[in-house]
Amino acid sequence: MAQATITEHGEHEPTTTGLNHRKMLMWAFLGSDCMFFGSLIATYLVYKNKSLAGPIPEDVFSILLTSVSTFVLLMSSMSMVLAYAALTRGRMKTFRIWLASTIIMGATFVGFQVFEFHAFVNHEVVVECDHINPADLTPVELEVSAGCVDGVHEVEKVVGLTPKTNLFGSTFFTLTGFHGAHVTLGLIWLTSLFLLSFKKGMVTPEKNLDVDLAALYWHFVDVVWIIIFTVVYLFGVFPGF
Amino acid sequence: MSQDSQVIAEHTSESAHTGHPTPLTYFKVAMVLSIITAIEVGVFYLEFVGWGIIPILVLLSAAKFLLVAMYYMHLKFDDRIFSTMFVAGLVVASGVVLALMALFSFFNS
Amino acid sequence: MTTVAFPIPRPKHPTGVWNWITTIDHKKIGVLYGVTAFLLFLTGGLEALLIRIQLASPGHEFVSPEVYNQLFTMHGTTMIFLAIMPLSAAFFNFVVPLQIGARDVAFPRLNAFSYWTFLSGAIILKLSWFLGGATNAGWFGYAPLTSMSQNPGTGIDFWIISLQVLGVASLAASFNFIVTIINMRAPGMSFMRLPLFTWMTFLTAILVVLAFPVITVALIELYFDRAFGMNFFNVINGGNPVLWQHLFWVFGHPEVYILILPAMGIVSDIIPTFSKKPLFGYNAIVLAGAIIAFMGWMVWSHHMFTVGLGPIPVTVFTLTTMAIAVPTGVKIFNWMGTIWGGSMDLRTPMLFALGFIAMFTIGGISGVMHSMASSDAQQQDTYFIVAHIHYVLFGGAIFAILAGIYYWFPKITGRMYNETLGKLNFWVTFIGFNIAFFPQHFLGMDGMPRRIYTYSEGMGWDLWNMVSTIGALILGAGMLLFMHNIVRSWRKGELADGDPWDGRTLEWSIPSPPPEYNFAEIPTVYDRDDWWAKKRGNVKHGVPVSGGSGEEEHSIHMPQPSYWPLVVALGICIIGYGLVYSYTVATVGTIIGVIGVYAWSFEPVNDPEDEDDAAH
Repeated sequence: MAQATITEHGEHEPTTTGLNHRKMLMWAFLGSDCMFFGSLIATYLVYKNKSLAGPIPEDVFSILLTSVSTFVLLMSSMSMVLAYAALTRGRMKTFRIWLASTIIMGATFVGFQVFEFHAFVNHEVVVECDHINPADLTPVELEVSAGCVDGVHEVEKVVGLTPKTNLFGSTFFTLTGFHGAHVTLGLIWLTSLFLLSFKKGMVTPEKNLDVDLAALYWHFVDVVWIIIFTVVYLFGVFPGF
Repeated sequence: MSQDSQVIAEHTSESAHTGHPTPLTYFKVAMVLSIITAIEVGVFYLEFVGWGIIPILVLLSAAKFLLVAMYYMHLKFDDRIFSTMFVAGLVVASGVVLALMALFSFFNS
Repeated sequence: MTTVAFPIPRPKHPTGVWNWITTIDHKKIGVLYGVTAFLLFLTGGLEALLIRIQLASPGHEFVSPEVYNQLFTMHGTTMIFLAIMPLSAAFFNFVVPLQIGARDVAFPRLNAFSYWTFLSGAIILKLSWFLGGATNAGWFGYAPLTSMSQNPGTGIDFWIISLQVLGVASLAASFNFIVTIINMRAPGMSFMRLPLFTWMTFLTAILVVLAFPVITVALIELYFDRAFGMNFFNVINGGNPVLWQHLFWVFGHPEVYILILPAMGIVSDIIPTFSKKPLFGYNAIVLAGAIIAFMGWMVWSHHMFTVGLGPIPVTVFTLTTMAIAVPTGVKIFNWMGTIWGGSMDLRTPMLFALGFIAMFTIGGISGVMHSMASSDAQQQDTYFIVAHIHYVLFGGAIFAILAGIYYWFPKITGRMYNETLGKLNFWVTFIGFNIAFFPQHFLGMDGMPRRIYTYSEGMGWDLWNMVSTIGALILGAGMLLFMHNIVRSWRKGELADGDPWDGRTLEWSIPSPPPEYNFAEIPTVYDRDDWWAKKRGNVKHGVPVSGGSGEEEHSIHMPQPSYWPLVVALGICIIGYGLVYSYTVATVGTIIGVIGVYAWSFEPVNDPEDEDDAAH
């Protein structure tokens, strides 16, 4: 098709494939971002089980808690796509409600992450001296259990996990930290769209691409978390993995 | 959300014509995602699974990934170019991850 | 309909310096890249000359070892990231939209942003010389030499940050070109009718967007180790420096194809034009390029043959590296096949293109020698590798870039360069280059290691080092000749018309220099080398392969200039310095950047009617 005009956002500009420039840009970007997270995941896996000291996944992970936050993030993808669907059908109020839900759930996920990071940094090891089986203890618990001398029933010690502690700390916090940063950027983007939607004519069914692009980014961030949840958390505490 | 049940009713027939998913479809996908997550966590606590847990979890999370990519990210219904771009990134990233794991003896016992 | 418009008005017909600062015109951005990159190339050349002076004789004390380490590190980093890549980008910018029959790129402001961000990265790197010492750990920055304990001070940090900033610039540009080449081709311009330069640009852009994230992560990990005491490469806590090598070279090997594919594209356009014959085996050359880009991901550990990977990885990477010579050979044979039976025009662009083929082949031969891990055990870290590098990157990439500058000079400037000076430039450069670098094969075979600041008399290296230094000086003279020719011709060369070479591709169908809107009417393309065919009346008729109604233009609205790409780039520059010196400064940079991004998103658009003075 002839290129009659080049407008600012190219929305009405005919393209060789008929596909929108910005949508194509977003998909190219997501393909590239796979390499970014891939490199972080590769680093994490290469260093798995190689920490010389300090807490390991078994010490600190709470699969239950992380399952809940994973569920919340997954549901936020659902609310995002429902928001987009509502927009394309011209249902602005429904759109705003689903979009707000997405933001709230996304913020909840980030809240969980912050809580988890805080818990890890202040992780307290508790060893009940009367029932210990050394084979079941992690290296850190074993160390702490040295305090189980005569008459002591329980030993508690704070053995925190920070990015400086060991390989697990460095790789875990960097990988999940960058994921969290991606989520946070997404939240800023979605919140901007939400606020803009109150200004007449800014977010409309005709301009649904603006929301579509944010939605694609949001789903991508969810999909990366699906991988991280499995590879880091579920495999993390699987003994011998 | 009564607006939505109306939307669901109105547009169920629409999907039959355009192949475009309806809000109901999205909701169903969300249910499947939740169930899969529950299964993953459940399997995780089952002792007898042993090393079999690895392929199980890999398959389950791959299923979640595909559902989000194909339905929520709309790849199933969009031009193949988008899938190509995304899959290219995934394939090269996976290759690099696996190669590095091998080079660092991850797969050696 | 109300809009949210950022309150600062958009530039309207800016002139002079403001025109250049706010431009989003791909042609001007191409010129900015080209001039900036060439000046940076000269700084890299100066670093090289200082190296060569130091090595000219044994026991020389021209520079200290500490300065010497900075010299070779900065030379390598400069030449790769601040010379070859942006010189290629100059051509991506100027030429690709013209070759596909477009009026600009898909994202003009993003394009401007790429340039200004590149400039920021260049400033951050080069200024480090004067801010406490430049980086000194080799352009590949191996851990643990780059650790805070081994390398306190800011040199390494400036290197890390500048590469991240340059990475942002390269990524932005590459995303832009991927979308542009897929989505803005003229009617009938199918992929298999694209000029080779555009094809190679496309493949290069794909490599960039997949490879750069890997070095981004490696640099983040190194920065975290240095700034926050993390353990990625910290041996005491179990970190493995070999991981750095892997991450770096997973990026680094595709990077060398990023450096050479555009050059191959330039040569693939020049040779048919100056042989008056279509490119021999177009499909094979395109496929070979794609195969090289793909296989480039499978060879990276050939940079690590001597680090102790073990027999199986070493064998695998030997085989893959040998295999990648095959598609490269296909290209070389096809270029020769193009020339064979053609009518050779030996003007300057062709001389450099032919020089490319010969020099790159020599570099390829030494490359195949390195691919064999057992012989590489002798060659690794010697001047044999230095010779290889320079044959493929100077004799290869730079020669092709010089060819491209001469080839597209009339199109860009509307003037012809001086042909006599051009030929003289070629021969001085060619002779100087070979005198400088061929003897380095001998030095390597005689055991001279890389990255040593001096050597003793009894090693037997005196003669070839002196010869190499003389060659480097001759090469420098060649570059001075080049600059003289270009500057003089730009100012007062003979005026050139739109098609001085009787060219084959679309850029030659418009005036020199092109008007702002490029094409008065977007052409419809019916074949490869469509312009050549149209000139000779061999116009195929029929339905164009891809899209297109070929409707008449009523009026042409061009994208409008903008301040914000520069502002966001400035924010990034400040963030960069902040990450080295002060997180408060980084925060300020972030605020500026975020404001810039919002302003960019909500920029008012000037009434097109006001803009519409030119185009009919």
